Amino acid sequence: MLGYLHRNVSLMVGVVLLGILVVFMAVGALTVDTSNAQPLSVPTLLPPSWDYPFGTDRQGRDLLAVMVAGTPLTLWIGFVAGFIGVGVGAVLGFTAAYYGRVVDTLIRSIADIGLTVPGLLVLIIIAVSLKGSLTVNQMAIVVASLAWLNPTRTIRSQVLTLRERGYVEIARLNGMRGPEIIFRELMPNLLPYLAATLVSSVSAAILASIGLEVLGLGPVEAPTLGMTLYWVFFNAAIINGWWWWWAAPLVVIVMVFLGLFFLTVGLDEIANPRLRRAA
Amino acid sequence: MQLLYIVKRFGVFLIIIWLAATLNFFLPKLSGQDPVRTKLLESAALGGYVHAGIEDMVKEYQQKFGLDKPLWRQYLNYVSDVSRGDLNYSIANYPRTVAGMIADALPWTIALLGLTTLFSFAAGTVLGALLAWPGAPRWMRWLMPPLWALHAIPFFLLGLVLMYLFAFQFQWLPIFGGYSAGANPALDWTFALDVLRHAVLPALSIVLVSVGGWALAMRGMMVTTMGEDYVTFAEAKGLRSATIFSRYCIRNAILPQVTGLALALGQILSGAVLVEVIFGYPGIGALLFQAIEENDFFLIQGIVFTVIVALGFATFVLDVIYPWLDPRISYRRA
Repeated sequence: MLGYLHRNVSLMVGVVLLGILVVFMAVGALTVDTSNAQPLSVPTLLPPSWDYPFGTDRQGRDLLAVMVAGTPLTLWIGFVAGFIGVGVGAVLGFTAAYYGRVVDTLIRSIADIGLTVPGLLVLIIIAVSLKGSLTVNQMAIVVASLAWLNPTRTIRSQVLTLRERGYVEIARLNGMRGPEIIFRELMPNLLPYLAATLVSSVSAAILASIGLEVLGLGPVEAPTLGMTLYWVFFNAAIINGWWWWWAAPLVVIVMVFLGLFFLTVGLDEIANPRLRRAA
Repeated sequence: MQLLYIVKRFGVFLIIIWLAATLNFFLPKLSGQDPVRTKLLESAALGGYVHAGIEDMVKEYQQKFGLDKPLWRQYLNYVSDVSRGDLNYSIANYPRTVAGMIADALPWTIALLGLTTLFSFAAGTVLGALLAWPGAPRWMRWLMPPLWALHAIPFFLLGLVLMYLFAFQFQWLPIFGGYSAGANPALDWTFALDVLRHAVLPALSIVLVSVGGWALAMRGMMVTTMGEDYVTFAEAKGLRSATIFSRYCIRNAILPQVTGLALALGQILSGAVLVEVIFGYPGIGALLFQAIEENDFFLIQGIVFTVIVALGFATFVLDVIYPWLDPRISYRRA
């Protein structure tokens, strides 16, 4: 395993970056008082110091506590939405590609049309239409409502290439039924690919949730990474030179995205050995 | 066949418009929100008026806007209004129409987004092709890791860093807006230069992030194409390596790139909205943010609808160009 990580540099970089974040969250959860992530709990606008390593913001939040409490929330939104997206996408993608004909045309057209629409804007309409401020879980559901489009499309095209393989043909001749073939023959062969799709869906869902939050449509009470950035812009922290306020969420978000990105590239390399030659 | 293809694609475009209008109409209805009542109560609360009589006002307005009619009637009215380009009035900036406000903002976004997208697509594609080519200069390989890393972060986060460095620390470029406050919007060089200076940072944050993505995708396609038999055959025929590179490899590898462009437009736009917001760039994104802040429902709806239609149109144009790039399309069943 370790030997393989050495050869697959992208996978290693991804795992290491996300590993650092996990350690940060775990150690933070044990040592940092996350109640300081609420406004009015510490002195305002202190630059990083020994007492407050990440500084404090204008509304009296300890930014270290905000990061410790907020990073898991943001990742949670991403994972819930990403899982729902890939789950629904896998069902639709397998159904469309395996059964073909009308089902395929219908599912493919919906996914294709849905993808040309800018997701964030539809999410904005949904978020605005819902009454009041969202909770973190509602946020995840809202983001998930569009997260299945991309997985559907990519999984469908992968299944199409597998469908005509010899072993599927043999399974069919042996009298296996459609769902059985999908689960016992096609699914195992696509597992690495599904994993790569899952990671990129999680990343896309996190991006969408942060986008909504920066626009002020997120869970106002929760200290997620995106909401932190919303307060940064709300208080014009950049023009005022309070760099530590945005530096902390920026570094964490960049680590999340880079980690997930390199993980996807690494998993792609497992799923598609052709890429190895190119590296 | 060619005509049939275009007609079909245009049909898809019309379906997108209809879906956007329908979504725009029904999603808010599902939530049971009443924008008129909300807004009236809000202004009453702000002005400290008594609430007596507000129900009568709500009724009066609902009659005026046709909100007391049955739902299917409202839907037909809405669709016919929208098809004539009537997107209603802005709630927060009353005498102004939504269509008018969008028309003011749209050119900024089209200019910023159109230029940056075309540029990063072209630059990224060329770069990606060169990266896969064994004959490319060695220093190019060092470009790849930073471009990959940049590609993984959202536009607006890079924008944040650029803004801090170049607008706040060094103060080389303006930090906010599309032109200087007090500048005279005339068609002369000073104003053009001013606009350009304001556009540099938003444009850079889009370009630097996008280029890596296009380069990455193109490189992947080039690697696959270069393994094809017809490339080996071209080599065996003794064709010049430049000919193989441009006429055999790029020509084939570029097709999925164009498909990718059509699919990515929505994502690019979503990202650009946030860039406009943080830079206060006077385009659609900033207008949308303003509308969300002011709870201006009709404006939000109008913007979402317009953007979906604009992107649908862009996709349609790409679809029409596509057979010209890939002649197989026009005689295969599209």
